[in-house]
Amino acid sequence: MSWVLIALLGVPLAGAAVLLVPSRPAPSGTRTKAGTETNAGTETGTSTGAETGGGVGTGTGAGAGTGTGAGPGGGTGTNTGTRTSTGAGGDAGGRLLRTHALVVSGVTFGLSLILVAAFGGDAAGARFSTDLAWVPGLDLRFHIGVDGVSLPLVVLTTLLTFLCFVYLCWGRADGPGQLLQPKPGGGRPRALVFTLLVLEVGMIGTFLALDLLLFFVFFEIVLIPMYFVIAIWGGRARRAAAIKFILYTLLGSVVLLLGLLFVWAQTGTLDMVALARAHGAGMSRSAQVLAFVAVGIGLAVKTPMWPLHTWLPAAHTEAPTVGSVLLAGVLLKMGTYGFARIAIPILPEGAAAVAPWLGAFAVIGIIYGSLACLAQRDLKRMIAYSSIGHMGFVLLGFATLTPVGVNAALFGNVAHGLITGLLFFVVGAIKERYGTADISALGGGMLGRLPRLASLLTFACVASLGLPGLAGFWGEMLALLGAFEPAPGLPRSLYLTFMAIGGLGAVLTAAYFLVMLSRVTHGRSIEIVHAPLLASAGGAGQAAGDVTAGDVTAGDVTAGDVTGSVTAEDITAGGVTAGGVTAGGVTAEDVTGSVTAEDVTAGGVMGGVTVGGEDDGPAVPAHARAGRMRDVTGYELAAWVPLVALILLLGLWPKVLLSATDPVVQSLLGVP
Amino acid sequence: MIQSIDYYAVAPLLVLALTGGLVLLLDAFLPRGPYARPALGAVTLAGVLAALGVVVSQAFRAGEAMRTFCVPDGLAGVAGAAPGSPDLVASAAPSGAQLGAASGALWGASPQAPPATVPCSFVVDDFTLIFAGLALAAGVIVVLLSMAQLASGEIPVGEWYFLLLCTLTGAVALPASRDLIMLVVALELVSLPVFALTALRRYDGRSSEAAVKLFLVSVVSTAVMLFGVSLLYGVTGTVYLERLAQILREPLTGTPLTGTTAPGAAQPPGTGAFTAPQGHEAFTGPSGHEALTGGRLSETLAGADGSGAYVSSLHIAYDPPPVLTVAVVLVLAGFAFKIAAVPFHAWAGDVYQGAPVPVAALLSVISKAAGFAGVILILAGALGGQAGTWVPLVAIIAALTMTVGNLLALRQRHAVRLLAWSSVAQSGYILAPLGVHDDEATSASIAYLVFYAAMNLGAFAVVMLVSRSRPRNELDDYRGLAFRNPVAGVALVFFLVCLAGLPPGLAGMFAKIVVFRELVGGGGAWLAAVMAVNTVIGLYYYVAWAVRILTPVPVGEGSGAEAGGGRTGWVPVGIAIALAGGVALVFSLAPQVVLDLLPEALVASG
Repeated sequence: MSWVLIALLGVPLAGAAVLLVPSRPAPSGTRTKAGTETNAGTETGTSTGAETGGGVGTGTGAGAGTGTGAGPGGGTGTNTGTRTSTGAGGDAGGRLLRTHALVVSGVTFGLSLILVAAFGGDAAGARFSTDLAWVPGLDLRFHIGVDGVSLPLVVLTTLLTFLCFVYLCWGRADGPGQLLQPKPGGGRPRALVFTLLVLEVGMIGTFLALDLLLFFVFFEIVLIPMYFVIAIWGGRARRAAAIKFILYTLLGSVVLLLGLLFVWAQTGTLDMVALARAHGAGMSRSAQVLAFVAVGIGLAVKTPMWPLHTWLPAAHTEAPTVGSVLLAGVLLKMGTYGFARIAIPILPEGAAAVAPWLGAFAVIGIIYGSLACLAQRDLKRMIAYSSIGHMGFVLLGFATLTPVGVNAALFGNVAHGLITGLLFFVVGAIKERYGTADISALGGGMLGRLPRLASLLTFACVASLGLPGLAGFWGEMLALLGAFEPAPGLPRSLYLTFMAIGGLGAVLTAAYFLVMLSRVTHGRSIEIVHAPLLASAGGAGQAAGDVTAGDVTAGDVTAGDVTGSVTAEDITAGGVTAGGVTAGGVTAEDVTGSVTAEDVTAGGVMGGVTVGGEDDGPAVPAHARAGRMRDVTGYELAAWVPLVALILLLGLWPKVLLSATDPVVQSLLGVP
Repeated sequence: MIQSIDYYAVAPLLVLALTGGLVLLLDAFLPRGPYARPALGAVTLAGVLAALGVVVSQAFRAGEAMRTFCVPDGLAGVAGAAPGSPDLVASAAPSGAQLGAASGALWGASPQAPPATVPCSFVVDDFTLIFAGLALAAGVIVVLLSMAQLASGEIPVGEWYFLLLCTLTGAVALPASRDLIMLVVALELVSLPVFALTALRRYDGRSSEAAVKLFLVSVVSTAVMLFGVSLLYGVTGTVYLERLAQILREPLTGTPLTGTTAPGAAQPPGTGAFTAPQGHEAFTGPSGHEALTGGRLSETLAGADGSGAYVSSLHIAYDPPPVLTVAVVLVLAGFAFKIAAVPFHAWAGDVYQGAPVPVAALLSVISKAAGFAGVILILAGALGGQAGTWVPLVAIIAALTMTVGNLLALRQRHAVRLLAWSSVAQSGYILAPLGVHDDEATSASIAYLVFYAAMNLGAFAVVMLVSRSRPRNELDDYRGLAFRNPVAGVALVFFLVCLAGLPPGLAGMFAKIVVFRELVGGGGAWLAAVMAVNTVIGLYYYVAWAVRILTPVPVGEGSGAEAGGGRTGWVPVGIAIALAGGVALVFSLAPQVVLDLLPEALVASG
C-alpha cells in the first residue's frame, strides 16, 4: 500500500509538470492574435495588476451584450465582438485546464480517501512507509509514512485543495473569485493551477515526511508557490504582503533548520521514527532545550505564535480567496504538526523546560488575537487575527504535554482548518460581491439581502467561536481541560492561570464574532452596492465616487484603466432617477444628464454605487445587473457544503478524529 | 640534473597552454573571413573540452595521487634528512642558500627528523581534480559566453581566447600546486590575464576603469601575499606545503630541535649571514627581534647563553613565534583580495560591472574557485597546525563578507552589480565552514563552491543573453522576461531561486544545508546564526528580481524594444544556459553527485 503515499505526492506533481510543458507556446500563440486577447492569460496586463476580479455582472452569459466590457490594459472599451471572440478562443483551452485541475486534485483526494479506508485498526506507528536513500552524503532519506496524526491532516490538505479547485473551476468559471477565467490583465489560469498543485505537493509531503531533512525540504517547498499566489493573484498591497510572508517564514525555517541539524549533530540520525522512539535519549537536557527553542521558533513563525505572527494578517488580507483558504487551512497546520511530530516527542526534556513559556505565549496569543479582532474593520483581517487566537488554543494544548492536551491540539488543528477554510471562502465571496470587506462599508442586513450567504457566514462564525456541537468546540474545551491538569513536572497553578485566561479568551472570541455578525448580517438594511468593477484593482485610491440616491458621481475616472460598465437599466431599476450626474473626466457622451444612456463606460471607476436609502423597498432588486448580488451560487455551494458537513460531523462525533490521533499521541508522549 | 616529469599529470595544463599558442598563431595567420571568429572559438572550446576530458580520465584512473616535479632523487637524501631545506628554489637565491645551509645543518644533526617523503610541487589528487574539473567546466561556459560577446566584433578575438586560456591554465595549475612559489605563480597566472580581458573592450571608459582597479587591487594583494609567503618561508625554511605542515605542527608536539628551527629561521633572508650553522647561535636570533616579538619572549631569553638558552628555547618552541601569526594574517589578507572577502571586497562591484559579462562570470567563478583552492591549500593544508590563529579570523571574515555582500546587493539596480555583491556574499558562505575547525570543513566549502558555480554561471549566462538586447542591463530590463523568452526567463528564475537556496532550487538549499551542518556540528553556532539571517536578506533581492522576470509588461511598452537588439550569437549562450540549467537540475535532484566527488581527506594535511 505504500504506493498510495507515493501517488499522493506524484499525482499533483505530475499534474503540475504536465502544465509546464505546453505552456511554452502560449505566448507566441497570443502574439499571433494581435495581442488584444490572452487565451492562456500570460501576456498582457499592467504591472499593477488591474484585474477585473469583481467583474461580477459583466459577461456572465452569452447574452451579456449590453455593454459589458473588460478591456485590455490598454484601456479603451472593447466592443462585444472581440469580447466574445476572446471568450470563444480561450474557452476550449480553459475548459481543458479546468478539467485537468479538477481531475488531478480529485484523484489526489480520492487517493487520500483510499488511504483512510485502508488505514483502519491500530493507528500507532507509521504505516505504508517508503524508505529510500536520497542523499547519503547528507544522511537524507526519502522516508515517508502515515499515522494517526498525519492522516487527518493529509485528508484535510487534499480535501481543501480539491475544494479550492471546485470553487475555481465549477461551471463556466466566470463567477466572482473564480480566477481561472482568462481575463486581460489578470487570470493567468494555467500558472495558478500549476502553483496550487505544487503547493499541494509541498503540503502533503510535509505531513508524510519521516526524515527531519525531508520534512524541512517539503516545509520549504510551499514557500515559493504561496509567495506567488499572494504576489500575483492577491489584493492591492499584495507585493508587500508577499515579501513579508516569505521573509518571515524563511527566517523561521532557517532557524528550524539549525535546530534540526543540531538534533542531528547530537544524535547522529535524522530518522524521526527512531528519534521519537528514543524519547530524547542521547541528548543532554541543555542540548534539548536549545534544540527545542530553535525548532520551536521555526515552527512558531509558521503557526504563528503570538510575537511572531505579524506576517499573517497582511498575507491573509491580500491573498486571493483560495490562497487564504489554503494558508489558514493547511499552511498554519504545518507549524503545529511540527510540534506534535518533532519538537515534543523528539525533545521531551526540552519540551518540559520550555512548555510553560509556550503556554504563556499561547494564552497571550489568545487574548491578543481576540482583542485585535475586536478592533478590526476588515473582515479578512479579522479572521486572520482570529486564527492567531485559535492557534493559541492549539499551542496551549501542546504546552500541557498531556495526551488530552495534545489530542485537543490536533483536533483543534483540523477543526480550525475546516472552519477557517469555510470562513475565508465565505468572506471571500462577500468581498467579491461587495467589492470590499470593510465591515462598516458592508453595512448591515445581509441576512435580508443575501440570506443564504449570510446564514453560512453565521454558521462558520458560530462554529469558530466554539459552539458546542460544532467542530470548534472540542479543540478549545479539551485544550482548557488539558491545562487544568498538565503533565507532572509542570507548574499546575500556572497552568490553571493559563486555563482561566484561555477561558476568558474564548469569551472574547465569542464577543468579537457576535459583534461582527450583528454589524454585518443583522441590523438595518442599508443597501450599499459597491460596484464590484474593481474589487481588486490596484493603483489609485478606492471609493472615489459613489452613486448615492440618485447621484452618479464618477469622480476619479482615469481613462486607460480597467473599464467597467454600468448599464442604465440597472440604475434606474435601483430607483435612481436622473439626478445630478457628475462625470469628472469621463468622455461624457454616454453619461448624459439622465442616466438613461446606454452605457456609462467609466474607465477605472473606483468606488461604489450606493443605491437606495431608507425606503428602497422593492425598487432595488438584488439581481440588478450593475450591483448584481447573486446569493450563494452553485460552485460556491459545491465547495462549501463538504466543509459544513465535516464541521457538523466532527462537532457531533469527535471520536472519529480522536480515535485516530489518540494512540499515536500516547506513543509519541511515551505514555505507558 | 634531469628530473622525470609525469606528462600525464600535467597534460591538462599542456593542452590548455598549447591551445592558447595555437589560437594566437591562428589569429595571426588565418585569413579574416567571416568564419575566423567562430573558428577560433571552436578551437578554444575544443581545447578546453580536451583538457576537461583529460581531467576526467585522470579522475577515473584508480590508485595513488600523481606527483611530479618532485625533489630529484639525487637530492632526496639531503632533503629527506633536512626537510627544512628549501632546495631547488631557494638555492637560486644566495641568501636563501645560506639559510638553507643553516637549517639544513640543524636538521642533519637532529635524530628525530621525520621519515622522508619526497616533496613534490605538482600533485594530482582528488582535491586537484575537483577544482580543475570545476574550472574547466566553468571554462566551457565562459568560452560559450565569449562566443556571443565576440560576435559583435569590437574585441580582438585571438587575444581574448589566448588570455582566457592562460587564465584557465592558471586555474588548473593552482589546485595542483603544492609549494608556495608555484602557488603564487599559478595565482598570478589566473589574475594577470583577467586585467587584460577586462580592458580588451577598448574605448570603453568603464572597462578601462575596471581594469585599472582590478590591476591595482590585485597587485597590492599579491604584494601582501608575497610578504606573508616570504615570512612563512623564513620561519620554516621550506616552500613545500607538506613540509610546512610538518614543521609547523612539530613545535606543538614538543620536539626540541624542531622547535629551535623555527625561531632560528625566523630571520629574514637578508640577515641570513647572522645565522651561523650552529644551534646555539640560532637561538639568539629572536633576541634581535625583540621589537617584533614583544616582551613575552624577552624573559625566556633573559639567560640566553650557553645551555641555559637551550632550555629556555624550549618554552619558545611551545608557542608559535608571533612572526608566524603575522605571516598567516598577511597570506590570508592576500587571498581575501582574490576572493573579494570583506574588508577587501570594494573592487567587486565596479569591476564586475565594467568588465564584459563573460569576464564577470569568469571572475565570479573561476577566479574565485582558484582563490579558494589557494586558501584551502594554505590554511587547511599547510597551516593546519596554526588553526588557532586563523580559524577565528576566517570566521569573522566570513561573517562580515556575507553580511556586507548581502547588504550591498540589496540596493543594486544593475543586474551584474547585483550578482557581483551577491557573489561576495556567497564567498562568505563558502568561507564559513573554514571558520570552524573541523576535518570536514574543507569538504563543505568545496561542495558549496561546486553548487555555487553551476547556479552562478547559469545566472550570468542569462544575463549575457539579456545584455545582448538590452545593453543597459538594469533589473527593470528583466521585467516580463518570462513572457518574451520563456526558457531564459524560467531558467533565470530557477538559478536565482537556487542562489537564494529555496525549493525548487534544491541545489542551493542542499549547499546551504551542507554548510549549516558543518557550522552546527563544528560549534560555530554564532556563525550559523549570522548565516541564517543572511540567507533571509539574500532571499529578498533574489526574489525581487525573480518577481520582475515574472511580471508581465504592459502591452506596447516592451515587446518592440528587443527586436532591434543583437540577435546574433544567441546560440552559444543558449547552449550555455542549457548546460548550466541541466547541471543545476541534476544537482537539485541528486546532490549526491557532488558529495561523492569531494576529496576524502585533504591533501598535505598529514
